[in-house]
Amino acid sequence: MRFIFKTDYDQDIRILKHSGYLWSYGLLLLILLAVPFLVGNYLQSQIVFVFIYAIVGVALMILTGFTGQASLGHAAFLAIGAYTAGFMQLHGVPFFVYFPLAALLAGGIGALVGFPALRLHGIYLVIATIAFASIVEEVLARWEDVTNGNEGMRVRTLDLFGLPLPRDGAGFYYLCLAVLIGVILMSLNLLRSPTGRAFVAIRDSETAGKSMGIDLAGYKVKSFAISAGITGLAGALFAHKMTFISPEMFTLLLSIEFIMVIIIGGAFGLHGAVFGAIFMVMVDPFLTALKDDVPTTIASIGQSLGMAQSAADQLHDTMSRIGSAAGLKGAIYGLIIMMFIAFEPYGLYGRWLKVKLFFQLFPLYKRATFKRQKTYVKSERNR
Amino acid sequence: MSFFQVEGLSLQFGGLKAVDNVSFDVARGEIFTIIGPNGAGKTSIFNLISRLYDPTAGKLFFEGRDITDVPPHQIARLGIARTFQNIELFENATMLANLLVGRHCHATTHLWQEMLFLPKVRAAEKAHRRKVEEVIEFLDLQAYRDKLIAGLPYGVRKVVEVARALCSEPKLILLDEPSSGLNVEETDDMSFWIRDIKNELGITVLMVEHDMTLVNRVSDRVLALNYGKVLASGTPPEVQAHPDVIAAYLGA
Repeated sequence: MRFIFKTDYDQDIRILKHSGYLWSYGLLLLILLAVPFLVGNYLQSQIVFVFIYAIVGVALMILTGFTGQASLGHAAFLAIGAYTAGFMQLHGVPFFVYFPLAALLAGGIGALVGFPALRLHGIYLVIATIAFASIVEEVLARWEDVTNGNEGMRVRTLDLFGLPLPRDGAGFYYLCLAVLIGVILMSLNLLRSPTGRAFVAIRDSETAGKSMGIDLAGYKVKSFAISAGITGLAGALFAHKMTFISPEMFTLLLSIEFIMVIIIGGAFGLHGAVFGAIFMVMVDPFLTALKDDVPTTIASIGQSLGMAQSAADQLHDTMSRIGSAAGLKGAIYGLIIMMFIAFEPYGLYGRWLKVKLFFQLFPLYKRATFKRQKTYVKSERNR
Repeated sequence: MSFFQVEGLSLQFGGLKAVDNVSFDVARGEIFTIIGPNGAGKTSIFNLISRLYDPTAGKLFFEGRDITDVPPHQIARLGIARTFQNIELFENATMLANLLVGRHCHATTHLWQEMLFLPKVRAAEKAHRRKVEEVIEFLDLQAYRDKLIAGLPYGVRKVVEVARALCSEPKLILLDEPSSGLNVEETDDMSFWIRDIKNELGITVLMVEHDMTLVNRVSDRVLALNYGKVLASGTPPEVQAHPDVIAAYLGA
């Protein structure tokens, strides 16, 4: 167990709290830098998706995890970023201009969405953001001059100062990694300053926040704008990664995936966004593999248990029909969310912390350490 | 014009008059207590002062300035801090973070400076921290700096709330039942601290309290309310001897 003897206020301000983190994060960074040389194309591409999902996860973590404002509209901000990138690139705007513009535009629209949040709480806010997302989806489908409507839009290879960065290349991988690190550092900076504390204050008690001099309206709008802006950045990268964007890619299901990123990761720290992103990106190929393998496996188990060939074939057909049923993915996502909320409310990052603490305190770790106490003194009257 | 003044304050919820034409004034550097049975309108007056409610009628003056229309988040900047009857701390944050939120009204850094964490932000953070440490020292909270509020016992939370209010360096502090839920020893400590807040820090205290021992021990002046109306005001013995107050508490 490590005891940190504090002699300076800087020790509480610093991002890396002690030298151990310097080693572990340094090692992680080295590994991430080496990835393009070590792994195959497919895995590298998956890791790029992890980065993009993690950027959105960090954005949503600021809004939902720290400010306490739920949003099921982040697919729309991603779409705004993606289409801004696609449209501007088509008209010859260079990357270093349209990349920040994607963030600014998404952030500006995010600020507008933040205004209803001044009056709406909880489930009502969620519904408002869903409504906003469907409006954006509809606009993207109808505004054909700009978005090419339902036919979708081709996005050409990213061109950074004359250097082409193809979607599967190492250059694109490093760009996404750099953006993710930049976004995380910016968020950490924010969270250790007055603005970040104001966000947390709004999450935990709006009444007290108000009385402590926090302008609720201003900070909610700021939180929405920052979150949407970061998602816009991710959107621009997403467009270049997909090379083709169309309105049906940015549906409610994608927003639910983003919410899952933070619920599964653990909605109380930025680590959670990264853990959740890894989980969400890796669960998709896993589900696809299940869809392909499970019917065959079950059929062969049936056969070895003495089932007739025709009956086994029928079983195989039934299973694969279930496997390819529309909406099954959503149902499985729903199940995963419920399981996490019921059995691992602190998410993967919470589990990580528990395991870490177990080894730090070994053999003194007590199971009740993370048990949550209910308190009954909170008043909601002044809301 | 006195330090803090309430003039003809009324608050109506539909047909119910929660606060009915209440006037009083608080002098700089005194401890002024509002007492009254449950539902007398004491907390409503606090919520009016901190601008969580809009008064139906009446005016509030602080240091000669009309604050009746000041938005709630600017009240702290003017120098009025408060605590809550049912504890409104930021549960899932550490005590330090809670106290630093108390410094929010003195924040001078801009969003973009904070995103980059410029040296200016770091310097401001350290200055805030230094002030917070003074308050921690003052209220003996050294043991809880990095503890989450959710895990702290009730008595400590009550003190943390006072600490958070003090961190904003107020001129006037509103304490809503500082001793509710505290045991005898903790109430004793609280009464010392309230006097210290007045004597050492020079902060004027406006307090709602039920514990008459505490009221008698610390208050300079007392105002008794019932059904939103002022029954009596004066020194603690005067108010307690007032026939209307006795009737309100014991029934006539």
